[in-house]
Amino acid sequence: MRPRLEVLALFLGAAALLLTAGAAPCFAQIDIHIHTATGPMESHVGDVTGHSEPGKAYYRRYCIGCHGPDGDGNGENAQWFDPNFGFAKPRDFTLATYKCRSTPTGTLPTDQDLYDAVTRGFVTTNMPRWLALTVQQRADLVAFIKTFSKKWESQKTGTPINIPPEPTGNIESILRGREMFQKMQCWKCHGPEGHGDGPAAATLTDSKDNPIRPYNFAVGSRFKCGQTNQDLYRIFMTGLDGTPMPSFADVIQPNDAWDLVHFLRTLQPLDTPEAKAWKEWVVTHGKELKPIGAEEAPGGGQ
Amino acid sequence: MKIKYFYPLFLVLLVSTALASLPVPPPAGGTVTGKVTYTGTPPKMKPIDMAKEPNCAKEHAASPVFTENVVTGPGNTLEWAVVYVSAGDQGSTPGTQTLRFDQKGCQYMPHVLAMQVDQPFEIVNSDPHLHNIHPLPKINPEWNKSQPPGTPPLMAKYDKPEFIPVKCNVHPWMHGWFIVLNTSHYAISGSDGSFSIKGLPPGKYTLTAWQEQFGTQAQDVTIAGGETKNITFTFKALPY
Repeated sequence: MRPRLEVLALFLGAAALLLTAGAAPCFAQIDIHIHTATGPMESHVGDVTGHSEPGKAYYRRYCIGCHGPDGDGNGENAQWFDPNFGFAKPRDFTLATYKCRSTPTGTLPTDQDLYDAVTRGFVTTNMPRWLALTVQQRADLVAFIKTFSKKWESQKTGTPINIPPEPTGNIESILRGREMFQKMQCWKCHGPEGHGDGPAAATLTDSKDNPIRPYNFAVGSRFKCGQTNQDLYRIFMTGLDGTPMPSFADVIQPNDAWDLVHFLRTLQPLDTPEAKAWKEWVVTHGKELKPIGAEEAPGGGQ
Repeated sequence: MKIKYFYPLFLVLLVSTALASLPVPPPAGGTVTGKVTYTGTPPKMKPIDMAKEPNCAKEHAASPVFTENVVTGPGNTLEWAVVYVSAGDQGSTPGTQTLRFDQKGCQYMPHVLAMQVDQPFEIVNSDPHLHNIHPLPKINPEWNKSQPPGTPPLMAKYDKPEFIPVKCNVHPWMHGWFIVLNTSHYAISGSDGSFSIKGLPPGKYTLTAWQEQFGTQAQDVTIAGGETKNITFTFKALPY
């Protein structure tokens, strides 16, 4: 009889301890104060209207660990993302500078752009795809993210760039695109073969002075901002703001841009029509190609 | 009697209307001149290795280029410091003249470009290779544009005052500043550390001197009339 009582007392005591220990962090979490810069915001994604108030609750639940209570990308997990190993730091929403936009460089992205980024996630980073959230939840999050920067009150969203219909990606287009790759000096960062190993690659830093790597086409993964030919067109015509990738909208004509898209596809180990056309052509004409890179290297280098 | 006075009166009237119709010259006002100096040991500027850009390495082969964070002159003076009216400003005129920011020999010319809010400026690439021009504002919008050789100047302006570092990601040693001010009363110290701010209407002003490595210094100055006041800003230099 007596031993049983002792066991019961021990069990009850342990349970009480566990309860208080377990509950303490829960209460602490409730006290987290989220600092926002603006009043309530809305987002418009298709027919769905997102609201920042419910978005705040989702943010606290899903985003705060990395993006932090102040939305500045300094959540408690952020310290473990080492840009030296290619893991980008979480986005700082207080600056309202975004990589993946349909709008020109230096302008705010559309709600759809932000929604797509949440949905798509960012390949090679710790940002997952948030497909498990409903469309409404994601739209609410987009609305809430905007409350971190006053720029959403003082500036207008940019007008999405115009992307003309894609011409055929034949070998002529690919070869013209290759010339663009040389002329626009994409190879300075992305490397002559697109391996992300150009002469400037090692010293690249993002706008917060963290090391950042240029895309390696040989990996063949999807891009941070999508995976279609249209996405690829958009990436170099809008630039990825906050990163070293500039906008080429002022210097590449739409037709030349499509040529460049077609050439870039040949650098990826993917089963694309462009890669197929290129492989067939290179077998017979490969020797005619001038190598990509610095045209005159001093001291006989290269 | 009446006619006798009429003629000179008419002349005075004529002259005064003629004067009024002439463009009014800016009020002469007071001038603040002086020097930006330092005490202590400034850091040594490092020679820049431009081997990654053969064109630029060749251009500077004879005399290597040094970093420009702290450029000193004779008599402990500092170049590239911005002196501007930070409080009590009056009589500022909007900046309408288009300024020029050049990329030449993988360097920014000038190293510090001061401008007014909404003042247009053009960015020129004089090099035979591409640069990307990437200013890093926090208040103004951040953009990043590529400029291949032989392309027309990029036009830009900023609508909020801010001190904006500028870099080129392709050539990481390239480093400059856009200084956006909401006053037309500013000057950049020359190679002998001297500056001069003209056309200050009578009043009490706070002048601030900014140097990218050493921060800011402020001094109050009172301008009574068309006088010239001389002030010296002294930064404490640390060798790092």
